[in-house]
Amino acid sequence: MLGDGILKGLAETAKNFAGSFVSKERMTTVEYPEERLPLPEASRNFPFLVYDGDDWEKGLRCVACQICEKECPPKCIYIEKSKDKKPDYVGKPQIYPAKFDIDISVCMSCQICVEVCPFEAIKMNTEFELATDDRFGGLLLDRKELARSNEYYHQIHPTEASEVDARLAEEKSKVEAKARAAAQAAAAKAAATPTTAIPSTPLPGKPAANVDARPASTAKTAEDNKNAETRATNEGEPKA
Amino acid sequence: MIERLDQVFVILKHWLLGYLPQSWQTPVGVVISVVCIIGLYPALFAVTTVLERKGVARIQNRLGPNRVGPYGILQPMADGIKSLTKEDIVPTSADGVVHFLAPIILVVTVFMGFAVLPMGRNMVLVDMDAGLLFYFAMGASTELSVFMAGWSSRNKYSLLGAMRAVAQMISYEVALLLSSVVIVMMTGSLSLVKIVEAQNHYSYGLPHWFIFTPWGLAGFIMYAIAGTAETNRSPFDLPEGESELVAGYHTEYSGFKFALFFLGEYVAMFSISGLGSTLFLGGWMAPLAALQFIPSWIWFFGKLFVSMAVFIWVRGTLPRLRQDQLMNFAWKFVLPMCLLNLFVAGLWRFMGDGWLRWVVCSAILILAYVSIGREGMRRKHFGPRSYRYAE
Repeated sequence: MLGDGILKGLAETAKNFAGSFVSKERMTTVEYPEERLPLPEASRNFPFLVYDGDDWEKGLRCVACQICEKECPPKCIYIEKSKDKKPDYVGKPQIYPAKFDIDISVCMSCQICVEVCPFEAIKMNTEFELATDDRFGGLLLDRKELARSNEYYHQIHPTEASEVDARLAEEKSKVEAKARAAAQAAAAKAAATPTTAIPSTPLPGKPAANVDARPASTAKTAEDNKNAETRATNEGEPKA
Repeated sequence: MIERLDQVFVILKHWLLGYLPQSWQTPVGVVISVVCIIGLYPALFAVTTVLERKGVARIQNRLGPNRVGPYGILQPMADGIKSLTKEDIVPTSADGVVHFLAPIILVVTVFMGFAVLPMGRNMVLVDMDAGLLFYFAMGASTELSVFMAGWSSRNKYSLLGAMRAVAQMISYEVALLLSSVVIVMMTGSLSLVKIVEAQNHYSYGLPHWFIFTPWGLAGFIMYAIAGTAETNRSPFDLPEGESELVAGYHTEYSGFKFALFFLGEYVAMFSISGLGSTLFLGGWMAPLAALQFIPSWIWFFGKLFVSMAVFIWVRGTLPRLRQDQLMNFAWKFVLPMCLLNLFVAGLWRFMGDGWLRWVVCSAILILAYVSIGREGMRRKHFGPRSYRYAE
């Protein structure tokens, strides 16, 4: 009959109206500034620099190799190398970025910098509330603003971060095994020829974990230093 | 005490007028009433806009405005401040004078309708003998302002919207009048006060509203349809169909002039609802004899709000009609039903009391409704659409 469709429609909307007060599942609205949906793990926005430990300046994984700067399609990364060196996660002295700027007004979130980085030092952030009233200065992030702890990385991309950690641990153990083998060889050599003179000075800021992992030996520091120097000269990258 | 509460506004007005000399009392009394009407309905309009937005949102399982004030109730204030502070733009090629006058004429004519509307016992500005006629004369003038707005803007969309509006309003004006004429036939009066009085008696505690008769119910349904179309409300909102015509006849209006159009539309809805409840729903009468102790003006405004709620409900439900559907509906369904209703009302008048007239009148109306409906839908194809060229 004429009009029954209208009545059916009115009943449907009345049901929706009443239901919206009763059942919470009906309401799809997320009141954004107060409520937030959890971001999907694969979400990404702009890059950040990962650091280990508590001090961002000491723990930055970046060694200022400038690969990302060269690969960046819109050229939004600017790096200045440091003059001195500091040890990286395996204890090898590396240069570090004295300046590391990313202009996020230019960045196109392509993630190429992350893919090319051999040191797992740059990763994608999920932070999106970056609006600022300073159009130029506010969107140019320096290395302090870019630095985020490894724990933060675990928070935003748990799967990816644990993969990265596993890879780094493997790397480290490999390096340590090599060092141990070299130390043993050196010890054997030392046993054969009683006097060995390896001129060296203890490195400043050497991570304690590295030391603990080593087998106790009499010529520990000397051996370590020697190993470190050989690595620095022989290997371009810590990756095997 | 109950009597006092019922007449509180009348008593208040007379108390105020008592301080004035005799010769001043009549004009000042009129001014007070006019100021009350002009103040009250925009306030109701403000409340309605936020209720409408909340209501439609709930129908769509959203929250609606909830940022300004608690639960968003101060939203109309924000809207008002915004529209007052916006720039008033007049197109260079527009007819400036007509463009300026159109919103004013709309608001003035819409408010004129309230002059004859009884909003409670003894609460009518002018008890005119030809009140209904005056009301419809004023209602028809809104078409003029709509066309003035559309024509003077010199904009394609404005003009199209105005043409649509005029076509629609003239078509439904006929239905609106014919559906109201049955009331005049029954009461023998054009005065809205007398029409309410004619419904003002109860049997078995139930009211004698005109809607509780076959011709009254049919008339009310036709009136509601025509009234919705007359106020350009969804599903008859073709004149301002925002998906087709930007905003229809008020495309070229901004700032406060736009707000006036908006106000005019809502106040016209109040006015049509008020007239509908006066004609068919007993005006300011209580729905049960036992509820007569509640003041009459509460009943009037209660009925007004119920009809506004229905307006909002319908808006949240029905999609917009197409122009040909709109015209077909007016001329092929509403108008024949209204004409038949005139005949049925005459039959009812001369068949005398008894159950027979109930049966005969209801049977005629239901039969006509079903057969016109079936005839109208005969060649209509409902179901999944087939597309000839786009597959």
